[in-house]
Amino acid sequence: MSFFFDNPLGITILTVAEALAIIVPVLIMMAYLTYAERKVLAAIQLRKGPNVVGPFGLWQPFADAIKMMMKETVVPAGSNKMLFLLAPMLTFGLAVIAWAVIPVNDGWAIANINVGILYLFAISSLGVYGIIIAGWASNSKYAFLGAMRSAAQMVSYEVSIGFVMVCVLLCVGSLNLNDIVLAQQRVWFCLPLFPMFVVFFISGLAETNRAPFDLPEGESEIVAGFFVEYSSMAFALFFLGEYTNMILMSAMTSILFLGGWLAPFGVEPFTWIPGPIWFIGKIVVVLFFFIWVRGTFPRYRYDQLMRLGWKVFLPLSLLWLVLTAGALMLFGWLPNAA
Amino acid sequence: MIAAVAFYVFALILLASAVMVVSARNPVHSVLFLILAFFNAAALFLLAGAEFLAMILVIVYVGAVAVLFLFVVMMLDVNFAELRSGFQRYTPIGLAIGFVLAAELFIVFGGWKIAPDEMSLRFAPTAANVNNTAQLGKLIYTDYIFLFQTAGLVLLVAMIGAIVLTLRDRQTSRHQNIARQIARIPADTLEMVSVRSGAGMTEIGIRRPKVEAAVPEVEHATTDHDHGAH
Repeated sequence: MSFFFDNPLGITILTVAEALAIIVPVLIMMAYLTYAERKVLAAIQLRKGPNVVGPFGLWQPFADAIKMMMKETVVPAGSNKMLFLLAPMLTFGLAVIAWAVIPVNDGWAIANINVGILYLFAISSLGVYGIIIAGWASNSKYAFLGAMRSAAQMVSYEVSIGFVMVCVLLCVGSLNLNDIVLAQQRVWFCLPLFPMFVVFFISGLAETNRAPFDLPEGESEIVAGFFVEYSSMAFALFFLGEYTNMILMSAMTSILFLGGWLAPFGVEPFTWIPGPIWFIGKIVVVLFFFIWVRGTFPRYRYDQLMRLGWKVFLPLSLLWLVLTAGALMLFGWLPNAA
Repeated sequence: MIAAVAFYVFALILLASAVMVVSARNPVHSVLFLILAFFNAAALFLLAGAEFLAMILVIVYVGAVAVLFLFVVMMLDVNFAELRSGFQRYTPIGLAIGFVLAAELFIVFGGWKIAPDEMSLRFAPTAANVNNTAQLGKLIYTDYIFLFQTAGLVLLVAMIGAIVLTLRDRQTSRHQNIARQIARIPADTLEMVSVRSGAGMTEIGIRRPKVEAAVPEVEHATTDHDHGAH
């Protein structure tokens, strides 16, 4: 056992194994998220959804993956080839490395760092580059329009996400994700900070470019937005990135507001189920909301999207931040910082 | 050992991308190299144990400032060839600035080398159980509170300045008043009219838009611009 903790080679092997242990489940989850999305949307629209490949269409994601891999990668003649191919890799890479700090159970994170929440925020704010670079490098009007929309949207909603995170951090007194979950042992933050929970979820929709905020790819106006020119695996990487980001956003929601791996109320029958199962269960519930919203709401108009971000969410989260800080001071609930 | 290797890798990429920022022909490439440089600088901060600064560097500079910068470069048709035309003329000034910076760095690190004890007193090491986020907060909000607030005030002034310079209502756009749209109910806009049998649309219409009473329009004179509520 000491081989894995003392020997540099052992440490390397251990780190790679840890990374695989989180990436592989995330990718499988992502594959079945596409399947679940098609099934749920089908149910909403009174259709059957994928039901041909395998029992209940369960092999559909793999059929799609193989189809993607067999297709030809078309690189447009006028594009900037280097950046054109860099963009999807960047998108997918960023979506995956964020998982390094997500705690699946008490202390079960690849990197249990002190500034975990800032790391997540930094990585998610980098996500916009994959989209801008894709839009610019494609040398296409539609792609560029999509990239512009996406950048403005992501930068706007990051502001309110930041304030929501600060609200949570005030109640926790630490930037460590493990501490954030442990601070919710008495009550999950979705109850005392309910408005912030809602703001975070909606901003999460905007941050991941999901309906009703999927203007960057608005297929009825700008074809497919920033990835018009992409085909085959390059397209698949964008697709993977988007869905991995959805799962990540759900994981963040459950860590910040739904008590991560903690069982509800921390009482007997619930605590028999191990933490990771709770964590995955909460992610799945949030993901269901993501899909439900997509099946229910029409796309926002662009100016309304901006209005919601800057004129509603920003003042609301700012106000709630002041209220939270005030309440914590008034009742002496401030957590003792180390 | 690994930290040393990582330091040299990040420092090398940082320097190389910094050189590429000024030498790349395409301005968009320049900005992307600048972003790479920021990123590697953040990695160097991490190696120095300043994890909070590293994350803030990425969030503020890479995640927000550089995005806008990239946009300006992509959208505006800046003639960079012309900007670069004075390269040879300005080379001596650039070299002079570089020399001054290098000399200052030399003096700073020289002092470190000559009198290590004295310098170590100035750089009070943080206690092992206090992370540098908390340490930074304790300093900023106590000893340096006025400087911190002044910095915030400078930013506020800059923000107000930007808004004052750009916000002007040209009176050409018709704004949407969402509160009014939501507050509208069918009774406000539609009226039931009992129609004599056979008269139908020819006389007054069965359901027609109510003739708008003289509601004082707050935003604009036009009355029919908010049918989007339906």
